[in-house]
Amino acid sequence: MPDLSTNTGGIQSPNPFWLASAPPANSGRQIQRAFEAGWGGAVWKTLGVPIQNVSSRFAGHTIRGVQAAGFSNIELITDRPLETNLREIAETKKLFPKNPIIVSLMVETEVEWREIIKKSIDAGADGLELNFGCPHGMCERGMGSAVGQEPAINERITGWAVKYSTVPVLVKLTPNVGNIVPHGLAARRGGAHGVSLINTIKSIVGVDIDRYIPLPRVGNMSTNGGYCGAAVKPIALHMVAALAREKQFGLPISGIGGISNWRDAVEFILLGSSTVQVATEVMLRGYNIVEDMTDGLQEYMRTHGFDRIDQMVGKAIPAYTDWGHLDMNYETVAKIDADKCIGCQLCVAACHDGAHQCIHPQQDTRVPHVDEAECVGCNLCQIVCPVPDCITMTPVDNGHSPASWNEFANEGKPLRPKKGAH
Amino acid sequence: MSPAACLNINMNQHLPTNRAETAFEDFKLPLLRDAAMVEANRCLFCSDAPCIKACPTHIDIPQFIRKISTDNVHGSAKTIFESNILGMSCARVCPVEVLCVGACVYNDLEQPPIAIGKLQRYATDIAFAEGWKFFEAGTDTGKRVALVGAGPASLAAAHELRRLGHACTIFERKNTIGGLNASGVAPYKMKAERALLEADWVLSIGGIEVRTGVTIGEQVSLTSLEQDFDAVFVGAGLGADSSLGIPGEDLAGVHGAVAWIEAMKLGTIDLSKVRHAVVIGGGNTAVDASRELRGLGVPSVTMVYRGVKDNMSGYAHEWSAAFSKGATAEWQAVVTACTGAGQVQHVQCVRVDTNKSPVAGTEFTLPADLVLMAIGQAKLGRMLEAMPGIRVDRGRIMVDANGYTGRPGWYAGGDCTNGGKEVVNAAAEGKIAAHAIDAAVMGDMGRMNDNGTAASKNDRTGGTSHA
Repeated sequence: MPDLSTNTGGIQSPNPFWLASAPPANSGRQIQRAFEAGWGGAVWKTLGVPIQNVSSRFAGHTIRGVQAAGFSNIELITDRPLETNLREIAETKKLFPKNPIIVSLMVETEVEWREIIKKSIDAGADGLELNFGCPHGMCERGMGSAVGQEPAINERITGWAVKYSTVPVLVKLTPNVGNIVPHGLAARRGGAHGVSLINTIKSIVGVDIDRYIPLPRVGNMSTNGGYCGAAVKPIALHMVAALAREKQFGLPISGIGGISNWRDAVEFILLGSSTVQVATEVMLRGYNIVEDMTDGLQEYMRTHGFDRIDQMVGKAIPAYTDWGHLDMNYETVAKIDADKCIGCQLCVAACHDGAHQCIHPQQDTRVPHVDEAECVGCNLCQIVCPVPDCITMTPVDNGHSPASWNEFANEGKPLRPKKGAH
Repeated sequence: MSPAACLNINMNQHLPTNRAETAFEDFKLPLLRDAAMVEANRCLFCSDAPCIKACPTHIDIPQFIRKISTDNVHGSAKTIFESNILGMSCARVCPVEVLCVGACVYNDLEQPPIAIGKLQRYATDIAFAEGWKFFEAGTDTGKRVALVGAGPASLAAAHELRRLGHACTIFERKNTIGGLNASGVAPYKMKAERALLEADWVLSIGGIEVRTGVTIGEQVSLTSLEQDFDAVFVGAGLGADSSLGIPGEDLAGVHGAVAWIEAMKLGTIDLSKVRHAVVIGGGNTAVDASRELRGLGVPSVTMVYRGVKDNMSGYAHEWSAAFSKGATAEWQAVVTACTGAGQVQHVQCVRVDTNKSPVAGTEFTLPADLVLMAIGQAKLGRMLEAMPGIRVDRGRIMVDANGYTGRPGWYAGGDCTNGGKEVVNAAAEGKIAAHAIDAAVMGDMGRMNDNGTAASKNDRTGGTSHA
């Protein structure tokens, strides 16, 4: 049986699945139930100077009938008294000594950071997560993403935390920046033991088109919130990978952003995460989703020959490169399996209207014809096809040796003739 | 057959509330909004979609479903009615299993096909509930078109003709309009008031005069139609139930199935003394009648059909539903006589072979205190046989793809031309004929002149565009 235990910057966890700092990790009883359900660790919802929240707080983004495919919140850090949270941290640690509790923190001054770090560690925190990411509300008060967007401030506050902490310190990064790498490097310079990313993306999730008010609506007004949920996964994967492949970075990563199942988790791990954090999917479906996550991951590891998580971490990073290094001479064409085709011709519309006009309807059959001489191998037909494995993008042996754009531009390596460019 | 003596039919447009058909609930329940959204989002939005081709009126089904998925119900209903003004009733009465739903590509993916009929009902019901109107009459052309019969074919034709600006007059033999949509549709699919509501809704485009209680050939002659109008559309439907010509047909309790269904839908019937009912035939009318009798509480209902189950002209899915409601069948059997003293008590039957010839020694008797004959209806085309240029084949009016009869100015559609198909076929044929009529009366060629004879060219309907 593959070993699911992980180590993220010195934080040991029985499995890589952590609750992210969010409503599912708001109280001791919740986190205890999560651990009972099988979650490996939990990032306690951000402690700081308790705030007051508004109603409403959340809004879903329905995409082609899928409710809350994206999700937005305008909730702030914990609104519970600090002493209550600290007491429950201690109680939970006592009940679940093997499950790491990482306490998320967000305060302003060095004195405040020193005091809250001491209290958290005294309560039993196995690690700290510095919330430099919150994109709404707290940033207006000079915290959250206001810190995460300024590498110098990030580095300075990280330095404070590391100085006062006796447990590993993770810095939670905001995605609301042009390039994530300088921010990860700032955390490293500050002495962080790891980073977690992404926090939520600054967003307006929708508009009430009858009342003319953005969502979520608070009375007659709204504000920008933090976008998360399944829809943000591609953005998060990129940011995780951008740090994971950065030679100067080298810190452990706890991946966050739209992770809903074991497959998502595997993708984050293959791009450099040693743990993954989940919030939105738990908010939508409850703690029990972790059962599928753990046995799905375990079965994946078994079938792919991994004994331990660390063997997987970053496994796909070597294959993540810049466009200029891609092989221009690699060629695929679409092949339609006539036996599987149900004749919906979504591929015809997609290719004609959205791609390169090489898939054509035929007279005597509803199975379309691919003009392979024109097919540019874009994948759109395969993406829209509702039948599994009906359209296959098949490599073509065109006789050309591999050549990247950079090799063409710098060394004059020959490129194959363009297709579909007339 | 005895006339509908025991049947109390109210022939007013205002239907009595205690009609027998009100005993039935909808067989297919309407979709609520959430379910409609989920189902609409399943639709793949196929390109050149097979469901559109399978619909006789070629409704842009993926488009109206996509509009449901975005809560654009108004646009959805408009898409439906643009192709088929009877889309509300068709949503309920179409045999979607053999039309649009049967063509859905999901069938080939071994997944449930899209519930197109239910989605169409969702959009069109909301349109009716909201009182939405989508169409206006066209600019008056000064042309006048007569329509014979007030069933689906004529209603669809008249509506389209009004959109094109032609004045319409519908002549209806009965006092009710709506045709079989009102008097013949199985009540677990749609009740009569819904058909009448739809007829009123169609007529609300304005400019359609409806003259009920007028039989062409009696109160109004064919010649006068030709003289008084620029064109005539015949959507007369079918006539009375056919009879077998067997002994005992005139006994009380022996009825034509179509007449009986009409009585059940539009009036009250007394089935309290009926223990055993026999329905003769194997078409959809026989199947409907069997299921209706069971639904109205008749303990024993037996359909007697001369063919085998696999060859019955009734739809397999309809028979399975009737069977599941407790109707039974005697396959490969014919009724040779109805017996009883004044009131039918038994039917005498005999088995037939695959050539439908009786097999000696296989006679049997079934108890029957109600016998319905569902073996077809009279074809009304003979009323036109006197008109040179109109071809009538065994009572069916022969028309080309545009509904043109061959006699200038005369068009036909619906059951009187196709021999008895679905409402949706009548709707399609009426609309197609309307465009052919428009082309004929507005174009230079073939336009009927003042004395009703054809202008120079015969090929009047060439190039007619079908909407």
